[in-house]
Amino acid sequence: MKKDFLKGLRHSVPIAVGYFAVSFSFGILTAKYMKFGFSAVSSGILSLTNVTSAGQFAAVTAIVGGSGLVEMAILQFIINLRYALMGFSLNQKLPENMSLFQRSVIAFGNTDEIFAVAISDKYPLSFHYMLGLESLPIFGWTAGTVVGFLAGEILPKSVTTALGIALYGMLISIVMPVARQEKSVRTVVLISIALSCLFFYIPLLNVVNSGFAVVICTVLSSSFGAYFFPVKEEENEV
Amino acid sequence: MRYNIYIYILVMATVTYLIRVLPLTVFKKKIKNKYILSFLHYVPYTCLSAMIVPAIFYSTSSLLSAVAGFCVAVILGYFKKGLVTVAVSASLAVFAVEMLIKFAF
Repeated sequence: MKKDFLKGLRHSVPIAVGYFAVSFSFGILTAKYMKFGFSAVSSGILSLTNVTSAGQFAAVTAIVGGSGLVEMAILQFIINLRYALMGFSLNQKLPENMSLFQRSVIAFGNTDEIFAVAISDKYPLSFHYMLGLESLPIFGWTAGTVVGFLAGEILPKSVTTALGIALYGMLISIVMPVARQEKSVRTVVLISIALSCLFFYIPLLNVVNSGFAVVICTVLSSSFGAYFFPVKEEENEV
Repeated sequence: MRYNIYIYILVMATVTYLIRVLPLTVFKKKIKNKYILSFLHYVPYTCLSAMIVPAIFYSTSSLLSAVAGFCVAVILGYFKKGLVTVAVSASLAVFAVEMLIKFAF
């Protein structure tokens, strides 16, 4: 039990460090929007309860744009739907007899990176291993957000402006290698960008809440991809 | 602002948790439909791209510095540099260009 937990902790160290860096720039971002209710505490709670990068990032845009609650729910549903897919896959690696309570606990921290590490480990995955694997990254994600927020308040504007692009840089570093490798991903990414620009620049279209525009771009371009470039069986393990 | 921030957080956290918990507890059957699987395969990338462009160009104090940061990130990302390397380099590019604009013109 304890051994499993420690093994999980050890495996999670690189994830936790990476999360701290990403959420640090998320904190810097939210520090710009204090008048919308973001504080060190609310940003920290947001990170602690959600533990999603893209979902939280899109949410900031949506909140600043005055999104409705249903819009917000749909936005999170679409952007985070991939976690369901990972859940189905993770499920195959959990021992059959794992209790409902234990399953409900480890479901909380199933992020892209944790899933990737868990799935590459020898199964079956024990509850304590998963607990160890998830706790440090969740802590890193939350702490990074709070520290980033506080840094955003004290650092000079020239520095926070420069750091403001860091989050986008990280997102680009996630998309680019895959776009380079897979032609289909490259195509759908370009379609999504083109649609996103339409929603930003074209009158009438640009009144759509920017968070919701992201959903429309995501759904349209991904549907196009699914229809024209269905993924082959073996690539399905996200 | 239409709603309190904590109401937004509650909605987000609930939706996200349900997405994560249901496949592990209630709907344990694996998705087999290749169109749904493909759709989900593309979602992270299309979603991130739509969030990046064109918003990134307005994320700094001038279009010029943002374009510089964007180009640095795209080039380094293309060469598969790590997350932190790309982010820090893009930030440095923005900082350098903004200093240049401030003092040279």
